[in-house]
Amino acid sequence: MTDVLAAPTGTEAPRSEPPPRRRRGLGDQAFAWALLTPAFVVLIAFTHYPIVRSAMASAQERGGEIGTGQYERLVNDPVFWQVLKNNIWFALGTVPTSMALAILMAVWVNNKLKGQAFLRLAYFTPTILPMVAVASIWLFFYSPGIGPIDQLLSAVGLPTRNWLGDPDTVLPALMVMMIWKQAGFFMIFYLAGLQNMSPELEEASTLEGASRWYHFRRVTFPLLMPTTLFVFVVAVTDAFKIIDHLFIMTGGGPNNASNLLLYYIYDTAFSFFDPSYAGALTMALVVILGLAAILQFVVLERRVHYR
Amino acid sequence: MTTLTTALPGERRVRVGRLLETVGAWLLGILWIGPLLYALWASVHHRDAATSFDLTAPLTLDNFVSVWNGAPFDRYYLNTVLLVTGILAGQLVLGVLAAYAFARFRFVGSNIAFALVLVQLMIAPDILISENYNTMAQLQLVDTIPAIGLPYIASAFGIFLLRQTFKSLPIELDEAAEIEGCGRLGRLWRVYVPLARPTLVAYGLVSVSTHWNNFLWPLVITNSENARPLTVGLAVYNGTESGIDWTLMSAATVLVVAPLLIAFLIFQRQFVQSFMRAGIR
Repeated sequence: MTDVLAAPTGTEAPRSEPPPRRRRGLGDQAFAWALLTPAFVVLIAFTHYPIVRSAMASAQERGGEIGTGQYERLVNDPVFWQVLKNNIWFALGTVPTSMALAILMAVWVNNKLKGQAFLRLAYFTPTILPMVAVASIWLFFYSPGIGPIDQLLSAVGLPTRNWLGDPDTVLPALMVMMIWKQAGFFMIFYLAGLQNMSPELEEASTLEGASRWYHFRRVTFPLLMPTTLFVFVVAVTDAFKIIDHLFIMTGGGPNNASNLLLYYIYDTAFSFFDPSYAGALTMALVVILGLAAILQFVVLERRVHYR
Repeated sequence: MTTLTTALPGERRVRVGRLLETVGAWLLGILWIGPLLYALWASVHHRDAATSFDLTAPLTLDNFVSVWNGAPFDRYYLNTVLLVTGILAGQLVLGVLAAYAFARFRFVGSNIAFALVLVQLMIAPDILISENYNTMAQLQLVDTIPAIGLPYIASAFGIFLLRQTFKSLPIELDEAAEIEGCGRLGRLWRVYVPLARPTLVAYGLVSVSTHWNNFLWPLVITNSENARPLTVGLAVYNGTESGIDWTLMSAATVLVVAPLLIAFLIFQRQFVQSFMRAGIR
């Protein structure tokens, strides 16, 4: 595999810039590839090969012919559009709120308020819990009748409901849990950004008589823009990749109201035993994550220009 | 406090603002730690007390005893520990070797090779469950711990992070070691690895907590307690064996998160700094 990869550039003209170290001729070439080989065997076997295999599987029609049948099926599959719509709503519902809370948390933790250590601990703790454990805890919170949320609502005389059993409330209920789980994780990146910021900026604003909100809006937030863009891509990717909670809480139901794309892939591959259609669905997810990757690439470019 | 009475209106507004912020920060903090505290509280109470929020109810460890006897959690623990150690060991060896190649050698195909690594940064094995299951079936590894770990031991994230670290180390040290007669692998082991220790520790913490918590792929590839890690064991237990007894589910949840949570409480600063270091790319 390594020879195949090396071949295309082997025909290029020799590079003009000097090597970074004393040249050892082909010895260094072979040595470098020897260093890479173990990682590449695994990378290719479990990342590149399955992507290619998914594409090949998705080109299989019923009866073994090659064609676009699986993709026609996908375009006409109402469940596919439903899970895609759910995923987009899920991203829209969790990403901006999580990021806003993350900035707020980072500013508060960075501001040396009373009990700073407790606050950092409290905000960050949900991040290190497994999603399965989080889902188990929140499953009870949402359970009709006996769950704390319903008990609180009935204590103040408000109507209770079956949060996870109602198609109208199931997705928002899962979004709240997701925000709780991930805001503290994003806080870390903003905290890093804030701590890299020169304290003189804030002193200058104070001397000029600017309010803290003005300083945040006009100085801090623009300077955090690279962090914001990075966190945004991570958050969108996570919205498509994290489905552990569905196994515990809803199974994608009721009536696909909380079903997400990766969960649908799981169901298609392992409950309906339809690898060809799972391949087509996987390719759809690969395209979505690829778009996020391109966005991140553009972001990184911009970040370089920013400095 | 005397300054408060003589403070200018602007200063007083700042003080009031700061007080409001402190209150807001604490409310959010309580909201964020609350669910976990509640789970901890419920896990040491009887079922009736936990759902009626009786704060004076007696403590009990019965739930933990029932959970421990109700499912092979000792086996799940062992599997998870073997899994995260194996993955970390593999990731460190493969990652250090590959990062060294990318950071310090110029070779034919390095750009294409690096691009191929970056592909995995976005399209992780986590979403390629269907085809990776087939591969494992062909290798006859289904329902084994190596099958859970293998797809993750070549980590694009680790290679990328270590490459950045190796590149930032002064080349003079490398050259000095070469003059001393140290070979290429010797320099990696004696110069690069020791100097990259902070990154290696940070990466290790992130890796262990990621794979301690990982669920989907282990669920797909295991079908018995022989290989099942804690997360899958918890899902199976909470889904079937606990019935709908919330205190048992809480106790099982606490059992699963306890080691990581205790480690986090002890090494809080290192955890936060590791996630920071690993996140800034």
